[in-house]
Amino acid sequence: MYGWIWRHLPGAFWVKVLFASGLVMAAIAILFLWVFPWLAPLLPFQQQTVGG
Amino acid sequence: MEKSTEPEEHDLGSRLRGSVASVFGAVGEGLLTLGILVTLFLVWEVWWTDVVGSRHQQDIVNALDWAVPAVPACELAGVCPSSTEDADPGPVYPAIQEDDREREAPPPSETVPGAAETFATLYVPRWGADYIRPISEGVGRRSVLDKLGIGHYPNTTLPGGWGNFAVAGHRTTFGKPFERIEELQIGDTIVVRTESAWYVYRITETHIVRPSFDAAIAPVPGEKFVEPNGRYITLTTCHPKYSASQRYVVYGVLDYWAYAWAGYPPEILSGEEDAADAMAVAERGGTP
Repeated sequence: MYGWIWRHLPGAFWVKVLFASGLVMAAIAILFLWVFPWLAPLLPFQQQTVGG
Repeated sequence: MEKSTEPEEHDLGSRLRGSVASVFGAVGEGLLTLGILVTLFLVWEVWWTDVVGSRHQQDIVNALDWAVPAVPACELAGVCPSSTEDADPGPVYPAIQEDDREREAPPPSETVPGAAETFATLYVPRWGADYIRPISEGVGRRSVLDKLGIGHYPNTTLPGGWGNFAVAGHRTTFGKPFERIEELQIGDTIVVRTESAWYVYRITETHIVRPSFDAAIAPVPGEKFVEPNGRYITLTTCHPKYSASQRYVVYGVLDYWAYAWAGYPPEILSGEEDAADAMAVAERGGTP
């Protein structure tokens, strides 16, 4: 998968590096802003409320 | 014929080896990705939610036009260093006088807040004079606790109300409003402020309970099926830290309430050790 992405990035080596770091940033942003906030309450640690 | 089949067999073998290698490669990449995701999640949960949460909760407090910011204790006592006189001294918060501390009269009826509405602030002197956090309606993780900080159990009474004003909050991560809950001691002050009034509670009990122990937020804390008989507060959070296995609960009872215009509860600014001194200062009319 990573090899495939790398091969399909355009440009010379350093341009590829630039694109690749952009993709990494975007992936982290999506995870931090949407995926993890949705996931956290489903995981079996640190619950604060009593009762149902 | 023989010459042409040999390369084909060779091709088949190398393709087989190639596909086995690519399967292992894909599994490897998958494991690597999983490792990165788990690590990122931990970074997000343990570090990032605190960075964002603390700032966001402070912004919420600042956005409340009636919220009183934490002020240095010297302002209460009127002994701020003269060097600050050149600068804008800012508002002065006189201590609430004994005459303005209501212990018998019922407090003003608070407006029922809408879902996820921030309607009060919490001060806990034991956690520092600068501790001020918003309280919002509801205890859903995504709607309130992970986003707005402390949440109010919707079916419990409002601040100062007859019954139990019950709130929940994170002990770790998401701005961790109840991080230092284990430091609280019997007799400590918990102050709730709404737009109209101050409510000063005293801690009566702390317990570690099962998650299912909903009596903690009953009208009489810890006692199910008992008619309301006072004005109580309950704080609930997780226990141990980062765990879902138990809950840490703190019960308190209303000591007094005062209208917002009456001043500033001296208990907030003085911290827990010096509360008695501040009271003495306040009773002498605000001068040390």
